Amino acid sequence: MKVEGLTIGFGNAAPVVEDVGFSVEPGETLALVGESGSGKTLSCRAALRILPEVAQVHSGSVVFDGSNGPVDLMGLSERAMCDIRGNRISMIFQEPMRSLSPLHRIGNQVIEVLRLHGTAKGQGAYKRVIETFERVGFADPERIYQSYPFELSGGMRQRAMIAMAVVGKPDLLIADEPTTALDVTTQAQVLGLIKEIQQDNGMAMILVTHDLGVVANLADTVTVMNRGRVMEAGPAPLVLGDPQHGYTKDLFAAAPKIPDSGEEVSREDKPDYILEMRNVSKTYTLKGKAAWHPKIHVQAVRGIEFGVERGRTLAVVGESGSGKTTCARMALGAERADPGAEILFRAKPDADTVNLQDLDTSARLAFQRQAQMVFQDPYSTLNPRMRVKDALCEPMDIHKLGTRPERVDRAAEMLRWVGLSPNMLTRYPHAFSGGQRQRLSIARALMLGPTFLVCDEPTSALDVSVQEQVLQLLEEIRDRLNLSYMFISHDLAVVARIADEVAVMREGLVVEQGPTEVLFHNPQHPYTKALLAAQPEPDINRPINLKIVAQGAGSPSTWPEAYRFDGTSVPPLTEMGLGHKVRCYA
Amino acid sequence: MSTLPDGRYVDDRPYERDLGEEARNADLDVSNTRLVWRRFREHKLGLVSALFLLFSYLMLPFAGFISPYTANERAPDHLYGAPQGIHLFHEGSLIGPYVYPITAEVNLETFSWEYIRDYDNPAKLEFFCEASYYKLAGFIKTNRHLFCAPEGATVFLLGADRLGRDVFSRILYGAQLSLTVGLVGITVSFFIGIILGSIAGYFGGFLDWIINRVIEILRSLPELPLWLALSAAVPSHWSPVAVFFIISIILGILDWPGLARAVRSKFLSLREEEFVRAAEMMGAKPSRVIGKHLLPNFLSHLIASATLSIPAMILGETALSFLGLGLRAPAVSWGVMLNDAQNLASIEIYPWTAIPMLPIVIIVLAFNFFGDGLRDALDPNRS
Repeated sequence: MKVEGLTIGFGNAAPVVEDVGFSVEPGETLALVGESGSGKTLSCRAALRILPEVAQVHSGSVVFDGSNGPVDLMGLSERAMCDIRGNRISMIFQEPMRSLSPLHRIGNQVIEVLRLHGTAKGQGAYKRVIETFERVGFADPERIYQSYPFELSGGMRQRAMIAMAVVGKPDLLIADEPTTALDVTTQAQVLGLIKEIQQDNGMAMILVTHDLGVVANLADTVTVMNRGRVMEAGPAPLVLGDPQHGYTKDLFAAAPKIPDSGEEVSREDKPDYILEMRNVSKTYTLKGKAAWHPKIHVQAVRGIEFGVERGRTLAVVGESGSGKTTCARMALGAERADPGAEILFRAKPDADTVNLQDLDTSARLAFQRQAQMVFQDPYSTLNPRMRVKDALCEPMDIHKLGTRPERVDRAAEMLRWVGLSPNMLTRYPHAFSGGQRQRLSIARALMLGPTFLVCDEPTSALDVSVQEQVLQLLEEIRDRLNLSYMFISHDLAVVARIADEVAVMREGLVVEQGPTEVLFHNPQHPYTKALLAAQPEPDINRPINLKIVAQGAGSPSTWPEAYRFDGTSVPPLTEMGLGHKVRCYA
Repeated sequence: MSTLPDGRYVDDRPYERDLGEEARNADLDVSNTRLVWRRFREHKLGLVSALFLLFSYLMLPFAGFISPYTANERAPDHLYGAPQGIHLFHEGSLIGPYVYPITAEVNLETFSWEYIRDYDNPAKLEFFCEASYYKLAGFIKTNRHLFCAPEGATVFLLGADRLGRDVFSRILYGAQLSLTVGLVGITVSFFIGIILGSIAGYFGGFLDWIINRVIEILRSLPELPLWLALSAAVPSHWSPVAVFFIISIILGILDWPGLARAVRSKFLSLREEEFVRAAEMMGAKPSRVIGKHLLPNFLSHLIASATLSIPAMILGETALSFLGLGLRAPAVSWGVMLNDAQNLASIEIYPWTAIPMLPIVIIVLAFNFFGDGLRDALDPNRS
């Protein structure tokens, strides 16, 4: 496949993709790297001619040299294009949750590819689908064949998508951010799978991604795009090892990395906790299947014991569903823990301790002035109908603090603190980019002068370069105001950068917690090891070690004896070193 | 473009670091209302409909002035009078707008009235003339009309009905009730729908359950018999205005479940938005969260859906009145007028008695186009 001089635009506006060219040889992997809006997905879709209607290809050629000789895809009829799509070139989409039809069985959706292109029929087709399912690592292919998408987890669905893409043995596979929506351990396994299948089938692959770590693990050649143009292209070792273009350099500088080593810091004996959680559990009660069935109890969080030290950052790390967000909500008093728990908050070292479990209305209001939250999604965190001024003044309005001019003055000051200009006060949120919105969200949280902030994955929706800026801002503000953070994240690299203490959660339990340096340098628990190993690094010499990942990422009942837990019997948290606790039998 | 010796390509256009300062664009600072207006302007059909509706509503207070007759003024000699055209040229010369006077004679063979036009004596229309008294805008008593027929002639633009009343004048008078019944009804339905819908959507739980069951019960009742029962309960000695209000309130009471459901589902999805969570964590009370964060975010959608349901109200009034159970004479509405056209035979012989259907069709269409345009303008993300 060879793409040359591709220019795409919406209507009469300036082209969003300009003179882009890339090529991929059989059996080779090309990575298209860039931030959101750089035009990487659009270029790929143009090659398959599945652009949205409003986008037009102004110029360019796409030559596909498959098993039937070279053809120019731009000049092909729609009918001939159908034969190529799915059969010779197939695509894996980003959202595994949305790219499978919820109404059809997985097997039927996969076999459809073979039926449509007449590759195989009847029993032969069935056999081939089952073989492919085995190939992508399904333990029980026949059962998967009969399953509906909702019965599978995100990682399983993405495997099913891969099966659908490769079942027709295409010459080229386009994978558009195939692992972005997955947890890091699942991502590592899916990446490993893609690589393996590609080597087996000898097909070419175009990998669209924003994650340099993924690139380093998979790609042979790299094309870096920014604002619709190719910035740098070349063999992966060269581009990743020694970037020449300014943009590529910046991109690498911004990518968070897990530090190789760190020295242990000495700690005081009696930590000064601003927030301490003791014996905190949370059980949700769901309705049973029917009124007469017993109710189902789900333990979202079990026996948490940790504290956030004043002026420091505690990071809670875990995959989706590990209970970390519930934890954050309980730390803010938005959710009440099960009886018996104690969540103690002390705004100042000499202030009285309040237990969030039994707050009355006025005490709750007072607490809310001290503790605020920064949310994950920059696009939904601000009310689209409120001007920045109103959004920022709202906390003071609710707490009936100050007069209107005083509130606006404070809002302007907060904007300066987060690096925005006060003349943005009259604007609406839609005028801001994701990073700017996240800054606004931080400014809003600071309006009441809190001492404690809970950050719920504040950077996971942002591009790497913006993520870097927001993290820097959070650090600056913490040091300036002596704030304490509880930082929820699934990204170990981000955590390594900002946190002083880390707690790793799995299935509602803390499996390992300790100072960041210790935890990253000397992880004990297999799950922590798996998380660390699965983190894709933008270093071509450090591929993901799938063995470690597989060992720790499986269900807790497959862990080594000392760490194993299921249902009721759970190993205790055992102190391994100073403040370093691991859930295992000693 | 440059290719390095090791075979890689590097873009040689000077690279500027993106500092997060985006190109400022005046469009981005525009408030949502202005954006909606801009998009709405592009929907030509919607715009024309909106202007037409605006004109229709502005005309309502002046219906008495525009119409040559009052609503219940009878011309006993012109029962079922045919529509009269307005002419400009008489025998080749311009004499201004005029009508041919009509005299009625009984045809003793068919036992029906026959109207004979007097083509020799054109009767010129008078302008700003004085005729019967009416109240301008409901309180200024006057007898000044935009135009009326001269002495000894009649001007029935759309014919006369069974009692010899001018259909054109009655359509204008009828618009006063028929067009406002929708507004009153929709206000009632809005009020109940938003309050119950937001309670159900925001608080959930048992309240939600109760409200949902009430909605389901209301929705399962057959509409027409229920209307009939409710309107039959209106005492017959009440004044036409009281009946009018009762009818519109009945229409509103029966209409709210749809709206409440829309509000509820919207609340359920908006409640999960992070800005709502943020407001809750700041300590905002439910009334504030609903009023400041939730409602403003979809009020515009509600307005669009209300616009789309006004026609249903107008049609509902028409249907009730047509069946003789809504407004009653001497009140004038389009439905009441159509009540006269129930008889198939009379429509066949005097087709103009069914003319009130036309304004109904036009108004309902206009509301639909307007609502469509509004909805499209409010929802730029429609595929």
